[in-house]
Amino acid sequence: MPNLTTDVLIVGAGGAGMYAAIAAARKGASVLLLDKSLVGRGGATVMAQMTVAAAIGQQEPDDWTIHFEDTLKAGRGLCNEELSALLCEEGPKRILEMEQWGTRWARENGHIKQEMAPGHSRRRCCYVDFLNTGPAVAATLRRKVGEISEIRRISNVTIIEIVTKDGRALGAVGLNVLDGEVVTFQAKAVILAAGGLTKLYARNSASANMGGEAYALALWAGAELVDMEFVQFFPIGHLAPRLVGMDPIMWDPFRYKLGGKLLNGQFEEFVDRYGGTDFGQYTATRDLASYAILKEAEAGRGSPHGGAYLDFRHIPENQLRAAFGPVIDRLLLNGIDLTKTPVEVGPMAHYHMGGVRVNNHMETRINGLYAAGEAVGGANGANRLSGNAITEAFVFGERAGSSAAEAAQHLHVDWEPKLAAAAFERLNALRSRQSSDGVRPVALQAELQNLMWENAGPFRTGAKLAAALARIQQMQRDDLPNVTVTDETVYNLDLLDWCELRAMLTTAETVVRSALARNESRGAHQREDFPDSNESMLKNQVVELRKGEIVSHWTAPVQLHPGGKSHG
Amino acid sequence: MVDRSIKKAVLRVRRGTANDEGRYNDFEVPFEEGMSVLDALRWIRVNLDSSLAIRYSCINANACKTCMALVNGEVEYTCIAKLTPGIITVEPLPKRPLIRDLVTDTVPEEEKL
Repeated sequence: MPNLTTDVLIVGAGGAGMYAAIAAARKGASVLLLDKSLVGRGGATVMAQMTVAAAIGQQEPDDWTIHFEDTLKAGRGLCNEELSALLCEEGPKRILEMEQWGTRWARENGHIKQEMAPGHSRRRCCYVDFLNTGPAVAATLRRKVGEISEIRRISNVTIIEIVTKDGRALGAVGLNVLDGEVVTFQAKAVILAAGGLTKLYARNSASANMGGEAYALALWAGAELVDMEFVQFFPIGHLAPRLVGMDPIMWDPFRYKLGGKLLNGQFEEFVDRYGGTDFGQYTATRDLASYAILKEAEAGRGSPHGGAYLDFRHIPENQLRAAFGPVIDRLLLNGIDLTKTPVEVGPMAHYHMGGVRVNNHMETRINGLYAAGEAVGGANGANRLSGNAITEAFVFGERAGSSAAEAAQHLHVDWEPKLAAAAFERLNALRSRQSSDGVRPVALQAELQNLMWENAGPFRTGAKLAAALARIQQMQRDDLPNVTVTDETVYNLDLLDWCELRAMLTTAETVVRSALARNESRGAHQREDFPDSNESMLKNQVVELRKGEIVSHWTAPVQLHPGGKSHG
Repeated sequence: MVDRSIKKAVLRVRRGTANDEGRYNDFEVPFEEGMSVLDALRWIRVNLDSSLAIRYSCINANACKTCMALVNGEVEYTCIAKLTPGIITVEPLPKRPLIRDLVTDTVPEEEKL
């Protein structure tokens, strides 16, 4: 059984994980950078076709404090202001550092071009043309990581447990998907950078990777999670016709650059009926647009796939081409001619505001256990501004990597093989359930995704959430221990699926329990049975595991001390 | 309106590892206009045979670049290769060492354990 040793172990190699690896290595640490798919190719970063928000002030005068105010406003009173401030203040450094490392931000007149995006009061969103931001920044980081000899990359290994002793992280146990072998990692510090939980939902805009493993691993290790009820649903994700080769949330820039009309199944404008003004302008907030689309569908006035039409037929082709160049041809290859046919759009899970509870060094309450990127909860409160996710990946990745490397200098690993025994036994028990028939983990994943979409999606009720919780608990108790796997040794995806499913169920339970307890609507958490915000619930919900049970408590949001930065 | 008449595609998939003779399995998949070959492979794993080994990450954005295979004899990203009704042959990349089924060794040497 392979047993590897490192200063800093990083779980997940998207934007946050790669940035953390670079930051840890430049502080002198040895780094192991793991990904369950391929390093730098999985996760959310590579899929981001949109923009990165940072107050570099090149397009117009701007300041991090203005970005900070915008971020807090979107967060509806629940932001961890220390984390929000860190994101906004250090964002510009990271954007410029990425440029030094080779990212070709779109430029005009000798400066980085910055666009407006919803909720931002300044033009501060940088991007790489055309709709290529994520792949471009991922390529930059992959190249940079590859140049640093202190970083060892390992692909196709999934982490199933963080090993702890006396409130300290000492490493992790993993499964090598290539040969089905268990691998142990001894580390002075561990960084969870495995992204969000969008894979919990049948309709989502993310990659196959984001099953909420970072949250489950943190919780099992003894760390706390915060704001787990706040899942962001993107209102106009692509539903139909089937569109391949593109990010399903690609329509946002089309709407705000060109104006696109949202029409119901009868080709009528409808968003204004729900109290918003839309009329072809990109003004309806994300929550309102989602609500209007789902309510029209519920009333039998949806598009054929249960969403709404997004119509660009009033925009001349030359304008479409000027704004989106080659993307128009990629759409034509999919049989989509925007001058002739509207597309169908609807809400889908897009991002998670909640996550691992950390201090401003990205450290959890478990000594030596850190989080970075979307895995971190709190910076965006109850709703996230467009453009803050990649910024957060860079900034929190850098901070987590630096902090972990510094801490590692003073820590030693007191590893004992028996600490990994429980994880071994769990995998052995799974392998003993080899069978040519029976229910497979991937089928249960699909059931969970539908359950979460139907009962814990954009608009929630106490009754639906309770039904979801009951089924999740039943799946944990009755199904998870009884699903079967095939007898393959090499690249047996059933084993990976089972590990994911186990994490998905734990994470789903935290989302549903937190959503049940928040009897109000705020930001991305919308309860149809409690449609208004309740001032007495202007608090964050923290969950932890106590004797195997998920328990929660409420706490006042972290505020930034007047007069500036409390981080440093 | 969406055409809901049930059309089928049959995926003829090359199975096996480098150490066995290999075989082809036929899988019948409900066909919807616009579906990708990867959509069909994922449907097979959920509904017919979870032991089918495939590699993908971004699902349909053609961003991760990890889902390549031979589709009707041509090297394609399965996420953007369009499914068509009728028989489609899917095989692993011929110039890469075979791991199992459609998964070949595309991992850089230095990223292995």
